[in-house]
Amino acid sequence: MIPEIGHFAVVAALVMAMSLAGAGLAGAATGRSSWVDACRGFAAAQAGLILLGFVLLTVSFLRDDFSVELAAAHSNTLLPWQYKFSAVWGNHEGSFLLWTLVMAGWTLAVALAGGRLEQAFFGRVMGVLGLLNVGFLLFLLLASNPFARLAPFVPQEGNDLNPLLQDFGQIVHPPMLYIGYVGFSVAFAFAVAALLSGRLDAAWARWSRPWTNVAWAFQTVGIALGSWWAYYELGWGGWWFWDPVENASFMPWLAGTALVHSLAVTEKRGAFKSWTVLLALATFSFCLVGAFIVRSGVLTSVHAFAVDPERGLFLLILLAVAIGGALTLYAMRAPAIRSRLQYGGLSRELLLLVNNLLLVVAVAVIFIYTLYPLAYEAATGGDRISIGPPYFNRVFVPLMFVLAGFLALAPAARWKRTPLTVLRRIGVLFGIGAALGVLVSLLLGGVLKPAATLAVALATWIVATHVDDFRKRRGVRPLGYLGMVTAHVGFAVCMVGVAVTSEYSEGIDARMAVGESVEVGGVSYTLTALDRVRGPNYMADRAVFETDEGARLVPEKRTYFARGDVMTEAAIRPGFFGDRYVTLGEPVADDAWGVRIEHKPMVRWIWLGALLMAFGGLVAMADGRYRRLASRDAALAPA
Amino acid sequence: MTRARALLIVPLAVFVGIVVLLYSGFGLGRADLLPSALVDKPFPDFELPTLAGEPPRRSRDDLLGEVRLVNVWATWCPTCAAEHDELARITGETGIGIVGVNYKDDPNAARAWLAERGDPYLFHIIDAHGDLGVDLGVYGAPETFVVDAAGVIRFKQVGAVTADTWRDSIAPVVASLQAAAP
Repeated sequence: MIPEIGHFAVVAALVMAMSLAGAGLAGAATGRSSWVDACRGFAAAQAGLILLGFVLLTVSFLRDDFSVELAAAHSNTLLPWQYKFSAVWGNHEGSFLLWTLVMAGWTLAVALAGGRLEQAFFGRVMGVLGLLNVGFLLFLLLASNPFARLAPFVPQEGNDLNPLLQDFGQIVHPPMLYIGYVGFSVAFAFAVAALLSGRLDAAWARWSRPWTNVAWAFQTVGIALGSWWAYYELGWGGWWFWDPVENASFMPWLAGTALVHSLAVTEKRGAFKSWTVLLALATFSFCLVGAFIVRSGVLTSVHAFAVDPERGLFLLILLAVAIGGALTLYAMRAPAIRSRLQYGGLSRELLLLVNNLLLVVAVAVIFIYTLYPLAYEAATGGDRISIGPPYFNRVFVPLMFVLAGFLALAPAARWKRTPLTVLRRIGVLFGIGAALGVLVSLLLGGVLKPAATLAVALATWIVATHVDDFRKRRGVRPLGYLGMVTAHVGFAVCMVGVAVTSEYSEGIDARMAVGESVEVGGVSYTLTALDRVRGPNYMADRAVFETDEGARLVPEKRTYFARGDVMTEAAIRPGFFGDRYVTLGEPVADDAWGVRIEHKPMVRWIWLGALLMAFGGLVAMADGRYRRLASRDAALAPA
Repeated sequence: MTRARALLIVPLAVFVGIVVLLYSGFGLGRADLLPSALVDKPFPDFELPTLAGEPPRRSRDDLLGEVRLVNVWATWCPTCAAEHDELARITGETGIGIVGVNYKDDPNAARAWLAERGDPYLFHIIDAHGDLGVDLGVYGAPETFVVDAAGVIRFKQVGAVTADTWRDSIAPVVASLQAAAP
C-alpha cells in the first residue's frame, strides 16, 4: 500500500498545483483578494503532499521493497542504508520527484515570504509558479512514475545502485544542484508577473534579487560539489570535463551570474530593464534546457539517464510551452529598448554591462559547442561527433581572463562616472599583482607558465583592489557590499586554483611491486603492501603506499557483487597547497600493479573559491535593505 | 511596429530555432557518410612521438605495406569510449591493424585510459596540438580512416565506428582493398 499512497499524494499535489495556478492568476486578474490569499494554503498543501510521496518512496527503498520497480532497479539489500536513501534520486524517476519536491519548496517559500508584495503581483507570481508545478507534476505522473510496481513477479534481490553513485557526493550534490536549478524559477516567475503587470520598474528587480542570490548560491555549491566528487571518484584527477550535463548546469549558472549583476543595475539605476527581464527568463530557460539535455538522451554524456525519446518529447513540449510563452509575452510587453547611454567611461554601469556581455558570450559559446554535435548529426544525417575540452577552453579561458581584469576595477567604480584619481591607485595595485604572479609561478615550478602567471597576477589584483576599497570604507559596509567582496575574492581564489592545477600538475604511470619506490614531484612513494579486502557489497584489491613525508595512501580497486562493476577508488592526501593523488590501474603480474601517482597543486582552491562565492551570495541576500525597501514599495504601490 | 520593438522578438525567434534543432535530435538515422576531400589522396606526412615511447617516434612509413585503419581518438571524447569495444572486436576478428592518433589530449590520461580499457591498437602517435588533425581535416573525435597498403586514404568515417557502419560501409572497402593487394 505504501507506494500507492505516495502515488495518490502526488496526484493530489497536482490538483493543488492546478488550484494554485488558477487561484493566483484569476485572483490577480479579477482583483479577488480572497482567491489570492488562498494561494498560501494551496502552496502549503502541495508541498506537504509531495513531501509525503517522497518520504513514502524513501520508505520503500529503505525496506528493500523490490515490488517497487524503481527500488528493484536501483537498490539492493546489501547496499548501506545511507545509499539506499540516496538511491531514491540516483535514477530518472526518483530524481525528478526530488525536483518537484524542491519546486514545491520554493513555491511555498515565496508564498510565505511574499506577504509584503502587492496583492495582484503576488497572485501572478503564485500563478506562474503554480503553472510550472503543474507542468513538472504532469511529466512526473504521466511519463516518469516513480511509484510503479513490478507485478506479478517480485524479485528477491535488487539490481543495486550504480557504484559511481554509492558515494557521499550522490547524497549532497543533486539536492544542492536542484535547489539552485529550480530556484531560478522564482526570478522567472517574478519576471513573467512583472511583464503581465506592466510594472517593469526597480521594485520587481528588488524583489527578485534576494531570491536569485539564494538560488545562485545553491547552484554554485551544487556545481562545486559535483566537480569535487568527479575529482575523487572518477579516479583520474579531473575536476571538469565540459560534459554536456556539466554544461547543462554551468550555462544557467553563468546566465544566473549575469542576472545577479544586471538586477543590481535595474534596481539601483532603473537601466537595462528589458535586458534584465530577458536574462531572468533565459536563466530559468537554460535550467529547463539542461533538464532536457540530461533526461532526453539526445546528447551522449557520462551522466545520462536511461534514454527514452517519449520522455524527451514530453520535456520538449513542456519547454516549448513555458519558454515560448514567456518569450512571446516578452515580445509583446517588454519596454522598447533604447540605446541612449546615460553613463560615462568606466562607470559602474559600464563595468556591469561588460560583465553581462562577457558572461552571455560565454554561455552562447558553451551552448553552441554543446549542441554542435546534435546539429552536426542532424545536418549530416546521422554521424556522431564529440567536441572536447580543447574547443571549450580555447574560448572560455580568454573570456574569463578579460572578465577578471574588469572585475579588479569593480569595487572602485562608481555609478555614472568614476573619478580618474581612483584609477591611478588601481594601476599601482596591478603592479603588485603582476610581481606576485611571477613570484608564485617561479616558486611552484621554477618555470613561468603564462596562463598560471597571468591568473595569479589578476587574482592578486582583484583581491588587492577589493581589500583597498574595503579599508577605505570604514563604517559603511552593508551586508550587500560584504557579500560582493566575498564573492569576488572567491572568484579570484577559484581562478588561481584552476590555473595552477592545470599548469603545474604532474604525475607518472609506473609498474610497481611491493617494496618498490618511485619519486613524483620530490616526494618518494613506496608500495608497502597489497591485499584483498571485503566491503559491504564489494571485494577490493587494496594497495598501501607510504611516502617519505610520512603519509599513508590506500587506493582500492573494487568489484561490486550485484553487477560486477569495477571501480577505482583513488587515495588522496588533501592539502591546502596541493593534493597527493594515487590510483590503481591494472595488475601487470601476480605481485605488481600499474599505478598512477599525481601531484595536484592548489586544486582545493577551486572549490574553496566556489564556496566563498556562494557564501558571498548568501551574505548579500541577508542585507536588510531589500526587506525595508520592499515594504516601502508595497506601501507606495497602487492598490 | 518600430525597430526597437522588433528587436524584442529576436529571443523568441532564436528559441524557436533551438526547439526545432532539439526536436530533430530524436530518431536521427545514422547511415550517411561525410564525403572527404582527402579520399584517394595520400595520407599526410608525419613524424610524431608515440604513446608507448618505444620506439620514441613513428612516421608515415610505419603505415605502409598493409591495409590499416587510422583512428583519431581522445580521452575527452565520450563517443571514443563507446567506440573502443567495437574497434577491439574488429581487430580481434579480422586482424586488421589499427593505428591510434591520440588527438589534443593529455598523454598520461591517454595511457591510463588504455590501461583501463585495453589496447587493441598497433601503436598510437601523439598529436598533442592537432597539427596532423589539421592535415587530415579532422572535425572532431572520433574519426576513422581506411588507408591502403600504399598509404592512400580510401575511406573516411566521421563519428563512431559501430557494428552497423563497420558491416555496411567500412568492411566492404577494406575487403576490396585487401583483395586488390598482391
